[in-house]
Amino acid sequence: MDFLNLFVIVPVLTMIGILFTKELKGARLVSAIGMGIQLVLAIFLVFYYLSVRGAGNLHEMILTTDYSWFPSLNIHYFIGVDGIAVAMIALTAIVIFAGVFASWEMEYLSREFFISLILLSTGVFGFFISLDLFTMFLFYELAVIPMYLLIGIWGSGPKEASAMKLTLMLMAGSALLLVGILGIYYHSAPNGGPHTFNILAISKIHIPLAAQRFFFPLTFVGFGILGALFPLHTWSPSGHASAPTAVSMLHAGVLMKLGAYGCFRVAIFLMPQAATQMAWIFIILTSISVVYGAFGAIMQKDLKFINAYSSVSHVGLILFALLMMNKIAMDGAILQMISHGLMTALFFALIGMIYGRTHTRDIREMGGLMKVIPFLGVMYMIAGFASLGLPGFSGFVAEMTIFVGAFKHSDLFHRVASVVVVSSIVITAVYILRVVGKLLLGPVQKEAHLHLKGASWYEKLSTTSLLIAIVGIGVLPLWLSDTILNSLQPIMEKLVAYLH
Amino acid sequence: MMDFKYILLMRHELLLVLVAVIILIFDFLTDREKKNRLIPFSIYLFAGAMLVSFFPVKPGVLFGGSFQGNALTDFFKDILNLALLIVFMQSEGYLRKEENREKIAEYFVLLILTLVGMDYMVSSGDFLTFYVGLETASIPLAGLVAYDKFKSRSAEGGVKLILLSALSSGVLLFGLSLVYGATGSIYFSDIAKHITASPLIILGFIFFLSGMGFKISLVPFHLWTADVYEGAPMSITAYLSVVSKGAAVFILTIILYKVFKNITGLWETALYALAILTMTVGNLFAIRQNNIKRFLAFSSIAQAGFILVGIMGTGSLGMTSIVYFILIYVFTNLGAFGVASAIFNASGVETISGYNGLYKTNPRLSLIMMLSLFSLAGIPPVAGFFGKFFMFTSAGSKGYFILILIGVLNATISLYYYLMVVKAMFINKNDHPVPYFRSPNFLRFSLLLCSIALVFIGFAGGIFEYIMSVSHVLF
Repeated sequence: MDFLNLFVIVPVLTMIGILFTKELKGARLVSAIGMGIQLVLAIFLVFYYLSVRGAGNLHEMILTTDYSWFPSLNIHYFIGVDGIAVAMIALTAIVIFAGVFASWEMEYLSREFFISLILLSTGVFGFFISLDLFTMFLFYELAVIPMYLLIGIWGSGPKEASAMKLTLMLMAGSALLLVGILGIYYHSAPNGGPHTFNILAISKIHIPLAAQRFFFPLTFVGFGILGALFPLHTWSPSGHASAPTAVSMLHAGVLMKLGAYGCFRVAIFLMPQAATQMAWIFIILTSISVVYGAFGAIMQKDLKFINAYSSVSHVGLILFALLMMNKIAMDGAILQMISHGLMTALFFALIGMIYGRTHTRDIREMGGLMKVIPFLGVMYMIAGFASLGLPGFSGFVAEMTIFVGAFKHSDLFHRVASVVVVSSIVITAVYILRVVGKLLLGPVQKEAHLHLKGASWYEKLSTTSLLIAIVGIGVLPLWLSDTILNSLQPIMEKLVAYLH
Repeated sequence: MMDFKYILLMRHELLLVLVAVIILIFDFLTDREKKNRLIPFSIYLFAGAMLVSFFPVKPGVLFGGSFQGNALTDFFKDILNLALLIVFMQSEGYLRKEENREKIAEYFVLLILTLVGMDYMVSSGDFLTFYVGLETASIPLAGLVAYDKFKSRSAEGGVKLILLSALSSGVLLFGLSLVYGATGSIYFSDIAKHITASPLIILGFIFFLSGMGFKISLVPFHLWTADVYEGAPMSITAYLSVVSKGAAVFILTIILYKVFKNITGLWETALYALAILTMTVGNLFAIRQNNIKRFLAFSSIAQAGFILVGIMGTGSLGMTSIVYFILIYVFTNLGAFGVASAIFNASGVETISGYNGLYKTNPRLSLIMMLSLFSLAGIPPVAGFFGKFFMFTSAGSKGYFILILIGVLNATISLYYYLMVVKAMFINKNDHPVPYFRSPNFLRFSLLLCSIALVFIGFAGGIFEYIMSVSHVLF
């Protein structure tokens, strides 16, 4: 069935549609319709997936489609999804949908803006449905062009420099990745026969350990840069701070998860032996990411910087959980991808909306906004609580699962790392509560802030759609968790073989 | 008597000579005031000849193996023809200028004759044919570089090219004579059998490679490139960087694979070092340029380095990735040069800072430039990504992963300076950007062709497969 192709075709048609529009009104309408369809498709996909699994379909991937692309190199356009990919697609669809509404008033070069934004999302959707390393890499790199333009043209602050830094660092990441992918490709046929880029086929063979040791770090770091792995996270704060709202949402919400997903699906899944051996290096790095990001967030004054550092910390936690190499922690990692994706997108959307009114992002210049713009204030507070990991929101479920998984390891090294990482919860509480208190409560700091416009319908739509998903996961976590656990099974079987 | 059908093997060369002669006659018959008519006439005539040469002919050899015609050489000559056609279309604005009216026919004739030389070189089956083709291609080029004879830079470029060309040919010839001395033959197939790693042959090979290094402008033999590219008229620069370089790379690859097969390990070591040097130096110098021609000159040096990475693969994958890359490179580089020459002819701007704010006034040109630059950088969905990916895949087949790593990191550096141009066009503010203008129709058509090719070539897997199937004839 070619259903999955729609996730690439719909955005492409939307972009073509935007070409035929004039000015902002047409462009945003077409984008909203296109991404609305995409969201409906994603929700349909979730239910379809559940029904298929419920009916007893135990294939590793469903909805697979395979076209031969470059037969002589055995390159295929091979797509398919499992529960994890379905969850990521749903996340992307929600965030991009909310992102379009968050950019409702993008006056400057609006058609170009929406085209770039949707092109960016095309890359992300394509990445999550790909099961062929070549196709995957192509979609991954597809995001480079729009990303640079989106930040460089529509960004704020030192946008040119941030855009350049972000693009080059991510490109360097994909450079390492390319070597990793080719390395995997050329070691994919140990018993002769044609090499392959097919992830499922590669997962069934054993790449020689010497090769794994060389290519695992390249692949992991390559994807890790996008996941803001310390010390290669420096693009993230400046990039996210300079990006326009929708791009920050999509970038922090989805693209950083794309890095983590890649680490998981390609680096760890295909080269489990090296992953087990080298995990300690990356556990140290990710632990630093988690704590350093959280401390970084405490020190910042700019709302976007705070959130960017907080993302470094949270995505670090995802990578940390993946490296714990057990089912519970990995389950938590995937939950955290979804949860943090939604939460941080909501944060960035709200920051964009607040900034649009107050014209400052410096928390020292703001205060008492709860009274002035109650809707946005309440939303911000909820996002904060979700970020803290309060029960009832998605963050709690995810972090709890991760820490339970992490403490399954009883050796000293893992224990120390886990304890260090757990401490980040407290630090997170400090900066979240500080910001919420300063921003929303207390007296209004500036005369001009006494009369701000309330949230408009599109802003409400944008934030509410994200909020529904956050609360949904928080209240009914098992639903998502089961989907993920099913799909983790084959991966865990492969890992367990090397762990013991 | 020679059979007629064998002559058809040379149809590319013969048709080109015919076209050149017809243009000369037509020039002779045209009034002084109406010389501009020569431009569309020559372009259509050349396009017609190109279409005729598409007719497939059975592979074969001529002159006892000196001239080889097969599906691969035919395909490659078609690429060169197409590239020259695009160059012609992009020259219209330049040729219509008052000061060039007297020399329109010569422009076409000289370019076509260099192409005859290159085609001949591409088909060569021995070193003599190869050398004759190479020289036929080089000498008219010097005249073309110095085409703006009243501009000192152009004249300087022409002199530099002819002197260094002669020097490099001398070096090359010396290398070939050593190889001849050691093996007793000039035929590729005979030499290949007698190649051993003897000191004489190694010495000969080094001279040969250095000579070719000049032609392809590999570091450290690249010093002429920037000055010549800057001095020459824009479309000649485009021709030098695409057609001239492409043909030389092609024949170098064939000679390395076929003639020096027995010392593959040796030349791979040499190319390894040259590739790293060429990529890195080309990139680092490109960063500093503000003149668009010099910028593209250094970018094309860096691209030559990537090509060397692809050559390392050997076998039909290596050959295929080279030809495929050159095919894409034709559209990519000519897209960039086309935009640059459109802007230069309309406003005289040829600096990158002069491009500031171009998107406001000329959005389409900016978009095509952006596509071309991203293709040069190897970013999907444009074709350059596929070209580069297969290049690296080719090197991977021999396990040169460190070289690939250096290559991709260089590609990242190259993205920096390509983005600087994108930034100039799309982001930088400018109170007086290049005003809106309408380019001549031929130029518009050529840019349309380039951008369509850039977007679609990669996705059409059949093109790569076709090249793969014709590359097998070599092995």
